Amino acid sequence: MPGQDDTARTLLVLAHPALERARMNPALADAAQALPGVTLRDLYELYPDFTVDVRTEQKLLLEHDLIVLQFPLFWYSAPSLLKEWIDAVWLKGFAYGPRGVALRGKTLLCVISTSASAADFTPEGDYRFSLTEFLRPFEQTARYCGLKWAEPFVVFGEDAAGDDGLRRNAEAYRDRLSELAAQIARTLPTDG
Amino acid sequence: MTVLTQIFVYLAAAVVSGPAAKRLGLGSVLGYLVAGVVIGPHVLKLVGAIEDVRRASEFGVVILLFLIGLELRPALLWNLRRAIFGLGLAQMLAVGAALAAGAVVLGLTGREAIATGLILALSSTAIVLQLLDEKGLRRGPVGLAVFGVLLFQDLAVIPLLAFLPLLAVGGAAAVHDAEAAAHGINLIGDWPAWAQGLAVLGAVLALVVGGRYLTQPVFRYIARAGLREAFTAFALLLVVGAALLMQLVGMSPALGAFLAGVVLAESEFRRELETDIEPFRGLLLGLFFITVGAGLNVPLVLSRPVDLALVVLGVMALKGLVMFGLGLLFRGPWRDAGTAAVALAQGGEFAFVLLSFAVTAHVLGADLAALLTAAVALSMAATPVALTAWEQLARTPARAGAEPVNAFEEETPDALVIGFGRFGQIVGRVLTANGFTTSVLENSVEQIELLRRFGRRVYYGDGARLDLLRAAGAERAKVIVVAVGDKDKATEIVEIARETFPHLKVLARAFDRRHAYELLDKGAHIVERETFEGGLAMAAETLRGLGWRAYRAERAARLFRLHDERMFEQLRPLWGDEERFAIASRESSPRMDDLLRSDLERAVTHTEGESEEEAKGPDPGAFGC
Repeated sequence: MPGQDDTARTLLVLAHPALERARMNPALADAAQALPGVTLRDLYELYPDFTVDVRTEQKLLLEHDLIVLQFPLFWYSAPSLLKEWIDAVWLKGFAYGPRGVALRGKTLLCVISTSASAADFTPEGDYRFSLTEFLRPFEQTARYCGLKWAEPFVVFGEDAAGDDGLRRNAEAYRDRLSELAAQIARTLPTDG
Repeated sequence: MTVLTQIFVYLAAAVVSGPAAKRLGLGSVLGYLVAGVVIGPHVLKLVGAIEDVRRASEFGVVILLFLIGLELRPALLWNLRRAIFGLGLAQMLAVGAALAAGAVVLGLTGREAIATGLILALSSTAIVLQLLDEKGLRRGPVGLAVFGVLLFQDLAVIPLLAFLPLLAVGGAAAVHDAEAAAHGINLIGDWPAWAQGLAVLGAVLALVVGGRYLTQPVFRYIARAGLREAFTAFALLLVVGAALLMQLVGMSPALGAFLAGVVLAESEFRRELETDIEPFRGLLLGLFFITVGAGLNVPLVLSRPVDLALVVLGVMALKGLVMFGLGLLFRGPWRDAGTAAVALAQGGEFAFVLLSFAVTAHVLGADLAALLTAAVALSMAATPVALTAWEQLARTPARAGAEPVNAFEEETPDALVIGFGRFGQIVGRVLTANGFTTSVLENSVEQIELLRRFGRRVYYGDGARLDLLRAAGAERAKVIVVAVGDKDKATEIVEIARETFPHLKVLARAFDRRHAYELLDKGAHIVERETFEGGLAMAAETLRGLGWRAYRAERAARLFRLHDERMFEQLRPLWGDEERFAIASRESSPRMDDLLRSDLERAVTHTEGESEEEAKGPDPGAFGC
């Protein structure tokens, strides 16, 4: 579906079980929502009992060009509700398999926040592997369903310190989103 | 002999013979027949006016047809059209012709042979359906085919009454005599044919319209008054009324009752009707079989035993063989065709009526009629034996697993829901939405009314009545949901369900904690306090209203549920003891706080850790920020 006002439409899927206690994720979400054409899906607020409304979520996916998954890293992966959202919504016949072409050509961007530092994600660091490695399941999921994989947007612990850190990251995030959206809009067919 | 003695003799005969015969594996019918012979005028001479008693007990057949009608919604009746008008007509013609041919061979005149053939082609609705019922075959494919044939025969009796006098040698006078005998209370016998046809049509129409629109308000009126005997009386009144109406226009009373049953099959009071009338059917049919036995002309049997035996065997063999052929022709498996053939091989109760009528009409001689009457009675007695023998013969182990096709609306619900108010409705709707069949009983007329407007079918009745539970399918269902609002009633139903239907899983709605313990004590498998989940959901919403995020509020509610369930189990042994129960509940609240606090800590370490945690190094389970 072509975007309006020459910009791509963005679906921001946010998964944070305790947003009320977090600093970085609310700031990022606020920055994203200031942009035009952004729809926020706050999963833990929408589905506190984990019963995801599949029809609604699929319809929203169809209506957007850029899919953003924003979450804090828990145990090298996403909070469980985001996984449930993927499991329940990205179904055969919709996201993959015969006639499963709904997501083809869209772009997937992962936005990760972590209190760990960049150094932890090196062969010498405590976590031994890079974030690129930890995010392979998401990357492969995207490619398998025909989505373009955008370079993830990551905020490490040392980047988030202080109000200054918050503001800088929020701005960088906003720029990244609008740049991606504009880029996608250029490739979309225009209908006058 | 006084009326009381008579009643005593008949009841005693029924009590002694029915169960005994059943225990011997012969079916109650044979027992009743034998008992009839024993108490009859030729052996113990305990009974007087057999004919009167039999005429009264024939009403059992009428009730039987009414009950069958109740099980058949009009749409299902339409499905049976092939069995009724195809197989039924074929049976009548083919069997009649075969029997007539046999009669000619034995030296009867053509007219006598035709009359004999047609009269003996009829089978006994009462005996066959009772037998099939006892053997659990009535609702299967055999039962359906046989029922179709029997229904057609029932329809054919009236035309037969009109046709038989035409076979008379005496001509017009005989016809007139016969009509006078046949029509009894038929009010419209003298009308021209077209007027008679219109009258019949009108009567059927009156039955349908009256049954559909007039009975409901009366049922509701009685249900509100809560008078059970009035319900029974009205049910019987309906049957008698329908039978009478049909008789007035010259149709068979049984047909009238059957139609009334079909019309009322859609009614929410159907189960109550069924349950109330059932005992009358059983008693009257038993009585009917006894009178058939008592009416057997024993001296005749003893004086011409060989002749009689040959006639009985010949008739049954011919009827059976032709029917077997028809069964195969109508594409039945040979085993089913055989069962139907053996089941229908006897002469029917209408044969008694038609035979004496044929004598009045100068079609058959009195001696011949007496012989045939005895033969019919003996063939009735032979049927249970023949059917049991056939079953032994045709038995194969594979058959045990085969499920019969269920064209009758036999209720095989997955779940029984008792009480369909605010609570039961939710349960029922979720079950139905997920493809499970439910059978619902509700005892508030207003509630049934309301639900009917939403297009839901619910039956009227008190869930604590064992017979109604059974009629609703308790024997075949897997679970029962006791969702009534009345505490004591719920406990009572749980008790009944556990005692009588041990296979049922019992889920019960509890009024409060105390009631929940009581229900568990009575054997309920699962109890649910009626306000608990609602209160919990409201608590979560309130937390959200106070500014909490949905997931946190949801978890708080779920943790409370977990804690409460634990406490519920732990305090169960104390539930009779008020004092200790109160102390124990108070002691449990710190544990509840503990549970909530530890969950809160989890959320904190996951998200807020940065400043303090940084010193200790990264925390992979709580990376978020």
